[in-house]
Amino acid sequence: MASLVQPMLADLAYWQETVLRGLVGLVAVLLPTGALVYLFLYKMMSFMQSRLGPMEAGPFGQLQLLADFGKFLQKEDIFPAKADRFVFGAAPFVVLVSTFLLVLALPAGPDAHFIDVNTGIYYALAVSSISVIGTLMAGWGSNSKYSLLGGLRAAAQLIAYELPLVLSVVGVVIMAGTLNMKGIVEAQNSFGVWFIVPQFVGFLIFLVSIQAELTQPPFDMPQAESELVTGYLTEYSGMRFLLFFIGEFATAAVFSAIGATLFLGGWAIPFVDPSAEFMNWIGPLVLAAKMVLIAFFIFWFRITYPRFREDQLQKLAWKFLIPLALANIVVTASIKVAIDL
Amino acid sequence: MADITADLDITNEAQLRYIASQAVDARVNIELETDGMTLNIGPQHPATHGTLRIVAKLDGEQVIRSEPIMGYMHRGYEKLSEVRTYPQVTTLINRIDWVGSFANEVPFILAAEDLMEVEAPPRAQWIRTALFELGRIANIMLFLGDMAVQLGGSTAVFYAFRDREFVLNQIEAATGGRFHPNFNRIGGVKDDLPAGWVGETKSAMQSVRDFCDEMEDLVLGNEIFQLRCRGVGVIPADIGMAYGLSGANIRASGVDWDLRRDAESPLAWSELDWKVWTHPDGDSFSRYWVRLQETREATYMVEQLLDGLPAGPIMAKVPRIIKVPAGESYVQTENPLGSMGYYVVSKGELTPFRVKIRTASFSNISITPWLLEGVLVPDIATILASLYFILGDVDR
Amino acid sequence: MPQLPGMLVGLGVTARAFYRTVFPDGPLGPPSPSKGAHTVQYPHVKEAPPTRARGVIALHEDNCTACMLCARECPDWCIYIEGHKELAPPRRAGGKPRQKNKLDRFDIDFALCMFCGICVEVCPFDALFWSPEFEFSELKIADMLHDKSRLGDWMETVPEFGPYEGGSEQKVRKVPAT
Repeated sequence: MASLVQPMLADLAYWQETVLRGLVGLVAVLLPTGALVYLFLYKMMSFMQSRLGPMEAGPFGQLQLLADFGKFLQKEDIFPAKADRFVFGAAPFVVLVSTFLLVLALPAGPDAHFIDVNTGIYYALAVSSISVIGTLMAGWGSNSKYSLLGGLRAAAQLIAYELPLVLSVVGVVIMAGTLNMKGIVEAQNSFGVWFIVPQFVGFLIFLVSIQAELTQPPFDMPQAESELVTGYLTEYSGMRFLLFFIGEFATAAVFSAIGATLFLGGWAIPFVDPSAEFMNWIGPLVLAAKMVLIAFFIFWFRITYPRFREDQLQKLAWKFLIPLALANIVVTASIKVAIDL
Repeated sequence: MADITADLDITNEAQLRYIASQAVDARVNIELETDGMTLNIGPQHPATHGTLRIVAKLDGEQVIRSEPIMGYMHRGYEKLSEVRTYPQVTTLINRIDWVGSFANEVPFILAAEDLMEVEAPPRAQWIRTALFELGRIANIMLFLGDMAVQLGGSTAVFYAFRDREFVLNQIEAATGGRFHPNFNRIGGVKDDLPAGWVGETKSAMQSVRDFCDEMEDLVLGNEIFQLRCRGVGVIPADIGMAYGLSGANIRASGVDWDLRRDAESPLAWSELDWKVWTHPDGDSFSRYWVRLQETREATYMVEQLLDGLPAGPIMAKVPRIIKVPAGESYVQTENPLGSMGYYVVSKGELTPFRVKIRTASFSNISITPWLLEGVLVPDIATILASLYFILGDVDR
Repeated sequence: MPQLPGMLVGLGVTARAFYRTVFPDGPLGPPSPSKGAHTVQYPHVKEAPPTRARGVIALHEDNCTACMLCARECPDWCIYIEGHKELAPPRRAGGKPRQKNKLDRFDIDFALCMFCGICVEVCPFDALFWSPEFEFSELKIADMLHDKSRLGDWMETVPEFGPYEGGSEQKVRKVPAT
């Protein structure tokens, strides 16, 4: 990418380069989102439930998301009567901002990245917490009891599961020796085997934590449809609802990609040098494939399991996942120091 | 309207006005005090199977008091029956518990036959029992899928509806209607079974059994489901009996009572080899478990019925224009939702004088205030789903 | 062998449903979810309802004598009948002219109809029949009132009465030729 694209980029003015980056960022977020929604939500969920899913819009329903987009665009933008207009209106954008910030730090090749953040994974986890604020804003700003209950539940759950998420990643960081995500990919390459093998426990904790961070079943108490209608999303309609929806799936895509980077070797293919030039073109495809694999598991769990109750959820996080993650860290660190990997 | 705030010892005017704006029913206004949050669950809500409204006073996530408000679906069946002839009433009462529909007609027809002192021939009784059990299977399959979806496992309900189609197709092949068979007549059934029905129904029963196994794997065996349901909504046997619970709700509390076995009935249950399933726990899990076992048991009963179907006529000799002689009769049967009874008073005319319908769900949800005290909001959905009421059955 | 935790068994159930939907012909066949899923893609594919399905009521006008039994017994009173008496020529020469009822109007309002079948059952002259046709939805509710000619057209869709199960003593009725 560097040798081909650099000369082209050098001719652009700063504002043109910014626009280009913005567009590429938009595509980088929306394309995986659309793919995930179609593949897993529309098709895999339907097949697991012995039905077909959308089939009318486009061949095999491939244009259904476009049709849904059009439908949501032309709906009335409803503000509940006593809602706090600013808080209510800004909430979906806050959630989306967190997703876009996450994508910035995700490398898809040796030079295919937006920013090369040296504290890559730390920045990513920190920035993903911004969506909690958006959820709370949605719950509070709706001025509805159902939304408030949903927003409070969401905040409690998201904050509780931040810790296992971070701790599960620490094992990987210890083994790689760096927070930089490119460094982690290269460390997996030099270690010989992807970190999912030595860090299997960490991987499982990571999977469970991102399921909870995405408020997907079995952790979807905040949107428990049968009790709270849609929880903090109850009062949203039209484009704002679609923004939340996109945010949920985009975050799922990005978290899966982060999981693929940390545990499955990122853009690297075995027996191929990850810093080679052509990996800039193949890397994004490889990363996308691995992202789809992890997202498959996320959605498979979503389709199969009923939801936890709020206190059971919290108990699982605080009393089970965090001690397990801490134990994982201790064992990893001890082995690393003892054998000096 | 009298000043509802006259006797209350509350000074905050704004709070009172807010409460008054929340609840339509003034009586509810007085009974629920001012602190805590009053939440209206329903009447439009995915958790209530229809238009049930539960006013719950919450303290955070815990319910302090709750009250079910029914009547949003009242259609006036008992009044309508006073001006409809017996076949017309049979048509109407199909729609009370619309999922296990054939079962609604049976106690009414049995009560009318009791007054007329007419007995349906054995073939008709066996066909009635077979369709009754098919209605039970259709009804409880919906429950098995629906309780899982109330708890968040959305896949189970698709399997339930997919496999229910086989049963509904069989009911339609015999009676012409999937949901409203309208097949009972005083003196027997309307028509005989079409050729091939026995073989098709037996294969449908095998599909239902496969579905029951799937539900055991997907739902009953799931640790999350067990965490959500075990110990939640425990109904002790004596409290359940005091509130008039019936059907699987009371059998799951350990009470061995089933009208199919314990009450005298001209239908063919006494000639079959089957067992009554009970569970000692009385929580939501046991209610699901008992209903799952009952569905399987019902499939075996249907197969026995079809194997032993006696030959003969399907209608006794009754006059063309049916005038039921004067008298009163009460017949109760073990419907899918519980025990349903019809008290028919006749004055010797074309129409009944009075039909009082005792429905299972009305008594089943009367336990809701007692049961929901002190539970968390998520458990409200679990408990309501496990009690399993159909609003048509509650409100008639 | 230790029992698998229930969570994993549940995953197996959904995976099996997925496999059965996508590969209905086994692992060697081509993936064809349209065949494996239980969805019938109406209106491209139409399922035939059973023969006895109560779809719509057809009228065989020749048999009807405007006795009004069906209109009386209907729980919704959705059948509207008007008729007049006519004199038909005598059967033999020199006999009395016969009085016949002639139908002027026979409408069934399917917007009110409960599809209960009481009218079909009480008709003493076998003039009403069930047909499994169900695709007659209209844009205007007034069009749901089917008049005499339309009810007569439905007679073409009435299937023959099928045989009964073994052990039955019922006689199979005949649908009159239109």
